[in-house]
Amino acid sequence: MRTFLIIYVFIVVATVSILGFRGSTSKKPPLEIFPDMDRQARYKPQAENQFFADGRNDRPIPINSVARGNYHNQIEVFAEDFSDSYLGDTTYNIGKSSDGEFVQKIPIKASNELMQLGHLKYDIFCTTCHGAAGDGNGVVKQYGVLAATYHDDRLRDAEDGYLYDVISNGKGLMYGLKDRMSPKERWAVVLYMRALQTSQNAQASDLSAAQRLDLGF
Amino acid sequence: MANIFPRWVNTLPIKIIIGIILVKTAIVLGVTYYFTPKFTRVGYAPTQPVAFSHALHSGQLEIDCRYCHTFVDRSEHSNVPGSNVCMSCHSMVRKDDPQLALIRDSYESGDPVPWVRIHKTPDYVYFNHSVHVNRGISCVECHGRIDQMEVVEHAMPLSMGFCLECHRNPEEYIRPVEEVYNLDWERPETEEYKEVATGFVHDWKINPPQSCSGCHR
Ligand code: HEC
Ligand code: HEC
Ligand code: HEC
Ligand code: HEC
Ligand code: HEC
Ligand code: HEC
Repeated sequence: MRTFLIIYVFIVVATVSILGFRGSTSKKPPLEIFPDMDRQARYKPQAENQFFADGRNDRPIPINSVARGNYHNQIEVFAEDFSDSYLGDTTYNIGKSSDGEFVQKIPIKASNELMQLGHLKYDIFCTTCHGAAGDGNGVVKQYGVLAATYHDDRLRDAEDGYLYDVISNGKGLMYGLKDRMSPKERWAVVLYMRALQTSQNAQASDLSAAQRLDLGF
Repeated sequence: MANIFPRWVNTLPIKIIIGIILVKTAIVLGVTYYFTPKFTRVGYAPTQPVAFSHALHSGQLEIDCRYCHTFVDRSEHSNVPGSNVCMSCHSMVRKDDPQLALIRDSYESGDPVPWVRIHKTPDYVYFNHSVHVNRGISCVECHGRIDQMEVVEHAMPLSMGFCLECHRNPEEYIRPVEEVYNLDWERPETEEYKEVATGFVHDWKINPPQSCSGCHR
């Protein structure tokens, strides 16, 4: 009995010291005790695939092909009544009219919802560099990202299409964001930037008499 | 007549019984403790090819999760960002740091960065990020405090029991949609908040699947 107990305690201690406790960090991939059908041969986003020479599952778009929809409108693309009215619409998609000029005005109807969408997307994609007020004082300024301020006359007078183009394709040191924002979201951000510009450059005369009274002018 | 059995045999049955009980308890305890994702998965923290730190980028710089994991609120898959996202800052910040050499190479050549994947559900499980995060379920419920991790680790078991635990009582996990990306947010432990949460579940018509075909489709 004594030998048994000694062996027993030894095995228990050995198991615990080899396997450790729950939650301890480990660099080894998790053990799959019963592999079942956990890993099946199927296409998964951003996964590896030895079938293709570059080992990538997500295929790059072939040259000279015209896309029918993209990841921004994939839900609509597969709908029954989808008609791609935006595909040839340069004004909406690239912010330029057909003769290559930047469009003056946002081509979609401004509304409260669009402004809110713009606010949300601005906070996600622009604040880190441009700051919440658009004055170029984002958190990364101290690390050397010298983002522009929106509050100068050149940008106040710029066409809406120009701002849209900066967001889409970038400008100078800034990288474009068109792979991460849908055209609608980019226009919404343009609208919100206009609101920011107004907020930093408002005149008392822009307000009605009643509003001025409210603010105590 | 001499004794057939020596004296020590008298205690043998009791010894065998004790032995069996001890061995069985050890095996049962060992299996329940070790043969679960709570042990096998939690704490998995592989070394990544680039020492990217969420504690710095999302904790300290407060970059929104969607700046990088852009499609988490629009699709089932939460994408890991491409190197152009990193380069949007790191073309200006630490542009010669050897730690970032791999990112720069990947940006030039277009080859993906070989990030090691941490969270993986089995392929027979259907999981969708956007339905969760757009309904007030925060990243923190399933991924832990990512914004405090230097190296991402598997914080929750993500087993079937874990999923169901929340699907049965969503009101205990739900939060206002604006706070989903704010991992810092703490659920108030008040009666009022409980009512608010039950209100969310009711108003948003939340009905998480508990039937097998909801997740195994
Ligand atoms: C990674 C940091 C970064 C992010 C994110 C960023 N920008 Fe910029 N942005 C810059 C920098 C740097 C410049 C200055 C570019 C230059 O002058 O070379 C700039 C310049 C601009 C300009 C001025 C262009 C001009 O004509 O001078 C506009 C407008 C602008 N950004 C809008 C935006 C908007 C809108 C967003 C969000 C959708 C955004 N930026 C996101 C870094 C950033
Ligand atoms: C919004 C800007 C921004 C983006 C986007 C960004 N970084 Fe950074 N990163 C920074 C800043 C700022 C620092 C800190 C620099 C310092 O401390 O001098 C940093 C530091 C780092 C460091 C060094 C950390 C250390 O402890 O030395 C690494 C590695 C890094 N980033 C990797 C990445 C990777 C990989 C990505 C893309 C997934 C990325 N970064 C995206 C701004 C950014
Ligand atoms: C600057 C870009 C950036 C930001 C901001 C960011 N992440 Fe990440 N995240 C990455 C990169 C790159 C990886 C892959 C490398 C790794 O695992 O460390 C990653 C990995 C992850 C993973 C593990 C993925 C896997 O392999 O299973 C999770 C979970 C995650 N991020 C959640 C978050 C959450 C939650 C936030 C917001 C608090 C966030 N991330 C913000 C870039 C970012
Ligand atoms: C309800 C639980 C849940 C929530 C909430 C959740 N995730 Fe996940 N996440 C998962 C699961 C499960 C996986 C593994 C998915 C798979 O295998 O397809 C995962 C995987 C990931 C990955 C890795 C994908 C890959 O291909 O490497 C990233 C990145 C990620 N999540 C980011 C986030 C972010 C950011 C949020 C918050 C906005 C979030 N998750 C919220 C459960 C969740
Ligand atoms: C913290 C809470 C929580 C956790 C953890 C969670 N879920 Fe959910 N899940 C929800 C809620 C809430 C809904 C309902 C959303 C709705 O009704 O709009 C939901 C809905 C779903 C749906 C239905 C989606 C659809 O398209 O109808 C699936 C599938 C699902 N969850 C799978 C999972 C899986 C798999 C896991 C485990 C990896 C998981 N969930 C973990 C809260 C959670
Ligand atoms: C909330 C989503 C959800 C629902 C509902 C659900 N499952 Fe699961 N199931 C999962 C997940 C996630 C896993 C993977 C667990 C893991 O990898 O640890 C799983 C795994 C399994 C497994 C394999 C277990 C193993 O370890 O091999 C079986 C069998 C299973 N489920 C059966 C069922 C049955 C039967 C039902 C209906 C009563 C059901 N599931 C309902 C999410 C769900």
